Amino acid sequence: MTDLISMTIAEARNGLANKSFTSLELTDAHLAAIEAARALNAFVLETPDKARAMARAIDAKIAKGEGGPLAGIPLGIKDLFATKDVRTTACSKILGNFVPPYESTVTSQLWRDGAVMLGKLNNDEFAMGSSNETSCFGPVVNPWRREGSNTSLVPGGSSGGSASAVAALLCMGATATDTGGSIRQPAAFTATVGVKPTYGRCSRWGIVAFASSLDQAGPIARSTRDAAILMRSMAGHDPKDTTSVDRAVPDYEAAIGKSVKGMKIGIPKEYRLDGMPAEVEKLWTEGAAWLKAAGAELVEISLPHTKYALPAYYIVAPAEASSNLARYDGVRYGLRVPGRSIGEMYENTRAEGFGDEVRRRVMIGTYVLSAGYYDAYYLRAQKVRTLIKKDFEDCFAKGVNAILTPATPSAAFGIGEKGGADPVEMYLNDIFTVTVNMAGLPGIAVPAGKDAQGLPLGLQLIGRPFDEETLFSLGEVVEQAAGRFTPARWW
Amino acid sequence: MSVDAATVRRIAHLARIAVAEAEVPHLQGELNAMLAFVEQLSEVNVDGVEPMTSVTPMEMKKRSDVVNDGEITDDVVRNAPDTVSHFFLVPKVVE
Repeated sequence: MTDLISMTIAEARNGLANKSFTSLELTDAHLAAIEAARALNAFVLETPDKARAMARAIDAKIAKGEGGPLAGIPLGIKDLFATKDVRTTACSKILGNFVPPYESTVTSQLWRDGAVMLGKLNNDEFAMGSSNETSCFGPVVNPWRREGSNTSLVPGGSSGGSASAVAALLCMGATATDTGGSIRQPAAFTATVGVKPTYGRCSRWGIVAFASSLDQAGPIARSTRDAAILMRSMAGHDPKDTTSVDRAVPDYEAAIGKSVKGMKIGIPKEYRLDGMPAEVEKLWTEGAAWLKAAGAELVEISLPHTKYALPAYYIVAPAEASSNLARYDGVRYGLRVPGRSIGEMYENTRAEGFGDEVRRRVMIGTYVLSAGYYDAYYLRAQKVRTLIKKDFEDCFAKGVNAILTPATPSAAFGIGEKGGADPVEMYLNDIFTVTVNMAGLPGIAVPAGKDAQGLPLGLQLIGRPFDEETLFSLGEVVEQAAGRFTPARWW
Repeated sequence: MSVDAATVRRIAHLARIAVAEAEVPHLQGELNAMLAFVEQLSEVNVDGVEPMTSVTPMEMKKRSDVVNDGEITDDVVRNAPDTVSHFFLVPKVVE
């Protein structure tokens, strides 16, 4: 039998359609891979019985010629997505053993289209982090290592479990979420493809909320085509999320291989940072050359408010988080730590249930929204956000189709290496990705090369609102030029 | 701007998070590091700029005011730490 775990979704789809193997065989192969890879700590809950039951059910449908666009494809689900009757924790102690009696809209669409759930994937607590080190289940390990080194590296975050599992061939694709870079940064750290769709493209219903005006679900996959296949099932209007957009979902896969000739690609000069590693700079130039060779036109552009995106984000996101996380009070679900009064019970529950990073962000969010500080911080940050969005609108108005940038300022770093003394050191990871969330735009991270130590680096493409298709076409050009990258198995 | 120890305690109370006295100096340092980082926003000219309220321009959606769900009391209370006959139990609030 062929190697069942290293195929792409597109290849597996063909194999299932022409009966080379069944979904049960495909699912079993992945369950075995997950069991053998527990050292990565990518899964926080394995659901083998459910996976096999789903696989058997879909095999019966495939035999009858039914199925759906994802029929029989085994996926991993970030633990931020509520899954009916399957424990969902956001990797926080405060959700404890929360078992949702409902299913998130995005995952329900994956099951509607025939996908199989292998289990729940690790992430930073409430998706707050850039290294997957804030999870109450412990850090995820990146399947990639520096050449000749045994040092454990982070997979990025917050969708670290998703990125690690997809890169290590534990699942064919995964759901993820992105509030400031949480899909694209881990994708870049693990040589996977990550898509953060336009705000409103995917329903947020049933996804544990972090910062509601920035959160967006998207896929992590091993090729741009696979990401496009998953996107089509994940996207779509949902009356249960008033910010979800009522707009037809295109066949994203049709954009793969489409010519990019004549497209205008912006290279923003503000993304050229002092002290940026030479390899990142070189890769960016190389990426531009690949797009040019494919017929695109490169233009230098200016996004003057770029440097203010990260500080504005660290006001807006914690403010929204402090409001969203007010619901964790030890009354209706999750952890309860007793106190002498109800007030003390709230305070004890939240002290015990929230990790350090979440506590820090809830507190800063509370502060910037408090009386006397709201105008100076929150209102000002929302005005800066308007300016950040306008920077992009001005470029798109001049005919720019998409923008090419590095995905991250460096390759993956070691577990415990960053943010110990100063939280801001960790936040700087998202410097290239956070602008996209602030402006509500779509972005894709595509693997493009390696640094001198053999670690993957990614490029980011930023598109016009609801023009994910152009990103898939351009991403495919990068993928064709750069090739695909697989980590050497050590686990 | 920066916060002093008393402000850290006040924020913790507003956020309903118990903070031990020994943690205050450490938290104060972290919060001040974040505030120092966001300080650079004060150099941006925001005169006449509208604050963002919706990142995607869209009409506010409305739905019919009808009952479309219900009769799921067991589901609603099933994750609660303490209940009695479909009520959430909390420490005594009124003497």
